[in-house]
Amino acid sequence: MSIHHHPSEELLLDYAAGALGEAWSLAVATHLALCPACRRTVGRMEAVGGKLLDDIAPQPLTDSARDAVMARLDEPVGKPESIAPAAPAGGSVPHLPRPLRDYVGGDTDAVAWRRLGLGAYQALILTGDDNVTARLLRIPAGKPVPTHTHNGLELTLVLCGAFSDATGHYGRGDLQEADENLEHRPHATPEEDCICLAVTDAPLRFSSFAARMVQPFIGI
Amino acid sequence: MADAQDRSAFAALFEHFAPRINAFLQRQGSDPAQAEEVVQETMVNVWRKASLFDPARASASTWVFTIARNLRIDMIRKASRPEPDMMDPAFVPDADPPPEEIIVRNQTAGRLKDAVAKLPQAQQDVLRLAFFEEKAHPQVAEELDIPLGTVKSRIRLAFKSIRSEFGDPS
Repeated sequence: MSIHHHPSEELLLDYAAGALGEAWSLAVATHLALCPACRRTVGRMEAVGGKLLDDIAPQPLTDSARDAVMARLDEPVGKPESIAPAAPAGGSVPHLPRPLRDYVGGDTDAVAWRRLGLGAYQALILTGDDNVTARLLRIPAGKPVPTHTHNGLELTLVLCGAFSDATGHYGRGDLQEADENLEHRPHATPEEDCICLAVTDAPLRFSSFAARMVQPFIGI
Repeated sequence: MADAQDRSAFAALFEHFAPRINAFLQRQGSDPAQAEEVVQETMVNVWRKASLFDPARASASTWVFTIARNLRIDMIRKASRPEPDMMDPAFVPDADPPPEEIIVRNQTAGRLKDAVAKLPQAQQDVLRLAFFEEKAHPQVAEELDIPLGTVKSRIRLAFKSIRSEFGDPS
């Protein structure tokens, strides 16, 4: 597998610095699970954080803070962190990598799809971000999403199948960063349905009157 | 029960890192009481996770930075931080690095310092703001009084230089 479309460095830097909201981070972290190259970049960015930590002028703590920490060193350690939701039997590779699989509560077979019309389906994903929407989209093989542009930022991460538009071909692990400057008509490729994670902070702006008419009813 | 030698090593780590994490968090806008709580939790985690620390992958300060970053998101922002899991069967591992790459990684911390120090001041400022100010890039642009496109291009240029310093394809 080879990934051709990566998150921008601004996005990776905000993720590395801890400044990126949860829903955007879900798309970035799920891309990172599939992309060793971006993990290396984030590692370098974290090292910049480490350097800034080394260089900062220290600000002493109270003696009681130090004593409180030293007193806790012998505390029994609680249970290890969460256990991954079971991977599919037979050792096959899940379609949804962690952390996305944790948010969905299982792999693609556990998704509660809701019909969007035109053969497409969606499933909303709950995160702690109120102003940003994360959803899984399933576009039928060979079918288009109506031409649209974006009112804000939209991240689309391909998990199954592929789509293409005027900007290129997007397969598993590829991430498209779209804003109001991109008007496109993504098309699922004919081999299989395309499943994507889409994260956006504003509704899409469809170009066609018909698509705009149904938009309030399908909530996209 | 921890032995005395480990404890005195930890006390030295505490002397070095705790006041720095404290300064870092306050620089990011945490009030002193919140910062102190996160510092304490970070240092307790450093102690508990010490066996997971791998000096071939990151320097100690980078590792401590990531622990403090995650606890700050958890304790102050009350949010979760989604992260990949290298034990997940869907996780795509890095191809086995050749032996010389492992040696190079051991020197990463020092080389990165040099690489960052060599960056033009304007690029260093943009990186510093991204970590300390937790601002959206339009606000960083406003603070530095430069157009947003310039912030983005400085970030790109900074990491292009850092990557070429490490011989990565860019």
